[in-house]
Amino acid sequence: MIDVKNLTKWYGPVLAVDNISFHIEKGTIVGFLGPNGAGKSTTLKILTCYLPATSGTVTVAGCDVLSQSLAVRRQVGYMPESVPLYGEMRVRDYLMFRAALRDIPSAKRKAAVERVAERCWLSKPEDMMRRRLDELSRGYKQRVGLAEVLLHNPAVLVLDEPTIGLDPAQVRSMRELVKELAGEHTVILSSHILAEVEQICSHLIIIAGGHLAAAGTPAQLRQRVTGPSKVIAELRGADGEDLAKAVKAIKGVREVEHTAHGNWTRLVIAGDSDADLRADVAAMAAEAGYALRELRREVGSVEDYFVQITYQQNMQAGNRVATPA
Amino acid sequence: MLKTLVLARREMAAYFFSPVAYVIGALFLAGSAAVFFFGLSPLGIPIFEPVLASGSTASLRPLFEAMAAIMVFAAPLLTMRLMSEEFRSGTIETLMTAPVTDVQVVLGKFLGVMGFYAALLASTTVLLAVMAAYSKPDIGVAISGYIGMLLLGAAFLAVGLFASTLTEYQIVAVIVGVAMLSVFALLMQFLMTHLGEPWNLIAGRLSALDYFRSFARGTIDTRALAFFLTTAALFLFLSIKTLESRRWR
Repeated sequence: MIDVKNLTKWYGPVLAVDNISFHIEKGTIVGFLGPNGAGKSTTLKILTCYLPATSGTVTVAGCDVLSQSLAVRRQVGYMPESVPLYGEMRVRDYLMFRAALRDIPSAKRKAAVERVAERCWLSKPEDMMRRRLDELSRGYKQRVGLAEVLLHNPAVLVLDEPTIGLDPAQVRSMRELVKELAGEHTVILSSHILAEVEQICSHLIIIAGGHLAAAGTPAQLRQRVTGPSKVIAELRGADGEDLAKAVKAIKGVREVEHTAHGNWTRLVIAGDSDADLRADVAAMAAEAGYALRELRREVGSVEDYFVQITYQQNMQAGNRVATPA
Repeated sequence: MLKTLVLARREMAAYFFSPVAYVIGALFLAGSAAVFFFGLSPLGIPIFEPVLASGSTASLRPLFEAMAAIMVFAAPLLTMRLMSEEFRSGTIETLMTAPVTDVQVVLGKFLGVMGFYAALLASTTVLLAVMAAYSKPDIGVAISGYIGMLLLGAAFLAVGLFASTLTEYQIVAVIVGVAMLSVFALLMQFLMTHLGEPWNLIAGRLSALDYFRSFARGTIDTRALAFFLTTAALFLFLSIKTLESRRWR
């Protein structure tokens, strides 16, 4: 559905996006993650034809964002991070205006507006549709923004930080709504809140420092942070070196680190495959007569991975401003 | 075409909802009415004769000329929000990611402000009604004067719109707009009377208010017609190009 190849964007001397490529399948919810200033919003602005890329190509639903900009814009609904609205307009007037800009024939505009108002919880209270946009609270503005992008039922929805500024109940209903949209729509949402993205998205794209840091399903990314498999065990019965050696002898163990914890030894065991080494470690300990106090498998979160890679990227952040020749 | 009208309608409605537009409109009307009743003669130098003065001829000419001069300041004030506010509030992002072209956006904005301006002009006909109660105003001059005001408005508002595409700060848009209009309206007027040949003739060809004078006299001069229409077209074109330049800057 969306194909990004070697996308690069310079803002004057500042490199915002550096040679990013990725592909998004139809009907998926993709989370776009990255620390502040990573280039998330810039990438989304290029996808939605607001900004031109410095180099690289982007196609959305088979149309190039530069040469077939209008065709792309017809199929994309974009909600910018700040949800800009015309403050002096009323909710219904604004939605009717946007419906007209979105090529919805005048006979169908009213029905389209009613449909999205219902879907984005704008039909209650009664007078909501008659309120002025600059009188609305942040949460309601966000709903109007979302209603607006759903008006023309676009194939691709691009939501920049859709849950920022919402209260917890609204965040939950926003998530539910986004989940419902998957399937018929392809959704890209950006965020720097990992927990949220992990819950709703089927795919994650992490960018940091303008680079593509990682892409994949949440499960794949989780696996990468722990390596293939990691088991933590605390044993007693021999000194650290010997315990480590004994564990290393188990089939499938790649690496063992040991640290002393009082008179116990803490072992961090990395295996090479997906296999769960817990049973093997327990069997070894029982056989050798070692006391076993703790045995658990380390499951990393995407957050660990995120912190890990963004930390690396921050170390290189100095490279993003070009030195004048 | 349809979308241009959709945009124009929204823009015009925004003027009618905006207190700033009413203040500018009120100042324009107050200025016109002041000239109509009292004339304008700062420091005793008569610039505009009062239109409604007993004993004098009831000529509409000073009224139209005063309105044209007021437009040097009123036009940029009316147009300042057109693009600047979109840049400032970020609504430009939702606007330009909708399937509309830059040409539609600029023309829509221009037609929107022209609509509000036409409404403003229509309300000045009250002055004509007052005049008709006391004497017989020249209908021909009134018609050509209003045609002239519409043409001058189109040119001045296009200049103002262009100034607004340059910046996200409305105040900067006003200053740039007034400066550009002052050159073509006030400065050229001054040079025309103070320079020797051939410079005064060149200045006269560039003076918007000099072109407008023929309309205020009751004639429709094709040179003036061409001047205002090409100025409007040029600055609309420049506005479109400035908006487009966002894509490659």
